[in-house]
Amino acid sequence: MSVPRAGRPRALNEPRWVRGLLIGTALAFLGFFLFVPLVLVFYEAFKDGVATYLAAIREPVALAAVRLTLLVAFIAVPVNFLFGLAAAWAIAKFRFRGKNVLITLIDLPFSVSPVISGMMFVLLFGAHGFFGPWLQSHDLKIIFAVPGIVLATMFVTSPMVARELIPLMQAQGSDEEEAALTLGASGWQTFFRVSLPKIRWGLLYGVVLCNARAMGEFGAVSVVSGHVRGLTNTMPLHVEILYNEYQFSAAFAVASLLALLALVTLAIKSAIEWRTGR
Amino acid sequence: MSRHLRGGSPLPGFGLALGFTLLYLGLMVMIPLSTVFLKTATMTWSQFWAAVAGPRALAAYRLSLGASFIAASINVLFGLLVAWVLERYSFPGRRLIDAFVDLPFALPTAVAGIALATVYAKNGWMGRWLDPLGIQVAYTPLGVVVALTFIGLPFVVRTVQPVLADLDPEVEEAAASLGAGRWQTFRRVILPELVPAAVTGFVLAFARALGEYGSVIFIAGNMPMRSEITPLLIMIKLEQYDYAGATAIAMVFLIASFSLLFLINFLAWRRNKRLRAAEGS
Repeated sequence: MSVPRAGRPRALNEPRWVRGLLIGTALAFLGFFLFVPLVLVFYEAFKDGVATYLAAIREPVALAAVRLTLLVAFIAVPVNFLFGLAAAWAIAKFRFRGKNVLITLIDLPFSVSPVISGMMFVLLFGAHGFFGPWLQSHDLKIIFAVPGIVLATMFVTSPMVARELIPLMQAQGSDEEEAALTLGASGWQTFFRVSLPKIRWGLLYGVVLCNARAMGEFGAVSVVSGHVRGLTNTMPLHVEILYNEYQFSAAFAVASLLALLALVTLAIKSAIEWRTGR
Repeated sequence: MSRHLRGGSPLPGFGLALGFTLLYLGLMVMIPLSTVFLKTATMTWSQFWAAVAGPRALAAYRLSLGASFIAASINVLFGLLVAWVLERYSFPGRRLIDAFVDLPFALPTAVAGIALATVYAKNGWMGRWLDPLGIQVAYTPLGVVVALTFIGLPFVVRTVQPVLADLDPEVEEAAASLGAGRWQTFRRVILPELVPAAVTGFVLAFARALGEYGSVIFIAGNMPMRSEITPLLIMIKLEQYDYAGATAIAMVFLIASFSLLFLINFLAWRRNKRLRAAEGS
């Protein structure tokens, strides 16, 4: 049932069987690589019944993992929201030397392997790290504790909001802000009444992606967590432990919550794209 | 007066915004990154060399580079196909599938890892059919390729799609009216336009695959010398408190990643320049 997109002349379309073959191959590829694993998560989660599923999620250790994941996202996302806003404002609205270097630096955490991201904080704050002895003498713990998890998550997700906002604000220009200032608005008034409404969808988009990444981060968090059950296990780490203990239905039950988060993220993302006509 | 001229714009907040940006980047990115270089600097050459060029490390580099290269190549091939189908044809569920392509960006890597390992295990949904054919995916290097193909899947689709959408239909019409067949038009007219975007998508997928950890370790089997990726080797060295060894390998890896980042920015810059030149003419 494939029809060519409207408005294309006949000569520019492939024969019907070619279209069918191409669509079929593309869908088969996406099916095997994306759809099958996603369906499996929910199938395995509910395989042993709803009661087992609920028991796995209501377990105190699982609830502690959910709480920690929410706490980490609750700290990391707002901080990176402010960072993204400040970085985009400076880069999109002003001209200064070294702007391209700054953009590259903002993107840098994306090209650092998650494991290396976590390792850097161990080198800084671990027992044998640069600040290790000082922290120990003051009875402070960052590595194998919650602060380390928050720091590693902040590093990994730091570019997410900035990267969405910079191109958007650059494309919008600042004529409207200049008009508002000329008409006597103060700097903050201009920002809250003119700039912020213009970028609200892009901002939401960045925050949603940042949140998904913050809640799902695995490699970096794994290095700094120490895997103390009920204390320093986030949801992805809890999934790993359950899976390695062959508690598959419990592992997939917790994983299904994260998969649900991913689906909600995709839904919000598509809704925003649909609204803004991207 | 001088206040207004700063940054070449009458808008306020330049100092505050740039100041906060630089402070945050310094504390959160530059200081942590510098530790890798500082720690490496405390090692002697022979220590460094022994850590980064041992047989186990070399096997890990080979697997990471090879599997990432194969996965990124698969993504170029199928990414072009998926982008084409989504952009050119309409069929039921097209928009839903378009949204679905970003799943690997949104799904936590650990979830993808255990799902793929279960699907491709011997008795799994896919492994069940592949095993009689003599194809074992889970716990082999092939499993690494499958996981890396999954996480790199959106890159080529998302770089090629906008180029395909912006392509001027008149060019294709001209080719058709000059007697070119559909395949000829695709190969000679459309494909050359898509190549720069596909190359950018390849490098992005490759760079992402190189550092990937969570989705790979569950399906890889993690046997030293055979199915152990470099990020896992770093992890193992950290767990053994061999911080110097882990840092040395991380250093090699960071240099490779930053070279790729430089390449990505260079490709984007060249593409922009070409676009601007095309608009100017």
